Amino acid sequence: MSKLQLITKGFIKDNPTFVLLLGMCPTLATTTSAVNGLSMGLATMFVLVLSNIVISAIAPVVPDKVHIPVYIVVIATFVTVLQFFMQAYTPAMYETLGLFIPLIVVNCIVLGRAEAFANKNGVLDSALDGIGVGLGFTCSLTVLGIVREILGSGSVFGLKFISGDGILAFVMAPGAFLALGYLMVLFNKITKKNK
Amino acid sequence: MAIKSNLKNMVIVLTAVCLICSSVLAGVYAMTKEPIDAAAREKTDKAIALVLPAFDKTEAATVETDGKEYRYYSASKDGETVGYAVESSATGFGGTLSLMVGITVDGKVYNTSVLSHGETPGLGAKCTDDKAFTEQWKGFDPSVKTLAVKKDGGDVDAITASTITSRAYTLAVSNAVDAFKSITAQEDVNNE
Repeated sequence: MSKLQLITKGFIKDNPTFVLLLGMCPTLATTTSAVNGLSMGLATMFVLVLSNIVISAIAPVVPDKVHIPVYIVVIATFVTVLQFFMQAYTPAMYETLGLFIPLIVVNCIVLGRAEAFANKNGVLDSALDGIGVGLGFTCSLTVLGIVREILGSGSVFGLKFISGDGILAFVMAPGAFLALGYLMVLFNKITKKNK
Repeated sequence: MAIKSNLKNMVIVLTAVCLICSSVLAGVYAMTKEPIDAAAREKTDKAIALVLPAFDKTEAATVETDGKEYRYYSASKDGETVGYAVESSATGFGGTLSLMVGITVDGKVYNTSVLSHGETPGLGAKCTDDKAFTEQWKGFDPSVKTLAVKKDGGDVDAITASTITSRAYTLAVSNAVDAFKSITAQEDVNNE
């Protein structure tokens, strides 16, 4: 697999949201607006890239029986670092995403990439894999956020284009499931055609 | 490719990983402690500035009313107290709704500001920016008007379809007014 493919496969073939259906909890909960989806994606990508790098580097010296605890400690460390930085430099964003930042620790995308890729591949490949999957996740979340924001509050990235409210259900939990379901149908239809 | 899983190896690796991770965390914590505190302080200062008329000095203190403790900031200009900013909270639709309520010395609400909330976006979350709702607190006089939403026989216009949030908001303001009464009662005692 070429280096470029490592990055692009996270978008289409291994898209974490629309194909692998991983990390559904933050996907459904934080995409109430485009900005929220984008920041959640970037936060996850930060952790994903760094944990992939470190895990691929230490994998040869980690005994098999304790590899899960070691990986979780590494991931939790990066999440906590991220949490400190967000609290210090982007307090408003930290408040919006709140609970879902610490929950990145148990996000199955991060542990999934560590198990499926980083512990078998080199540092550079793992970093690229982290970037690819992270970007795929970020884009999916942003698209979902944009759709929900347009339908739910009639705005894109906070810029309002209709007065009054949109279809409020789309900002709330049921709308997350509806929007995700239809986007998934659309995504699969487009990717199937290309095959 | 991984090394053998015997007890010695596992203990060494886990101990090493935990030691390294905790020292990294300690370092980052020390590095970000100051900006985090500064951000929290700035947020409080902004909220106080928003809910009270111009002042040049604030002082933090706490007061107890009905068994609950309230943190408040007394603001003064040229040595004269202009009002009190009281931190107050109530349970809304989606968890705790915390407010900063500014009350001037004559007992009127000067302005209110939401510190944190967990209300539904598009419905209860409007309590932060719905002009029709937030503007009515400016100059609200609790000695003339009743602190309850219109549905409950009071004088507060509720946000459409968000009565629970509006009730919580009103309750938080009303708690702040009670706290204000205790503050002034306390200061009267101190002055005598």
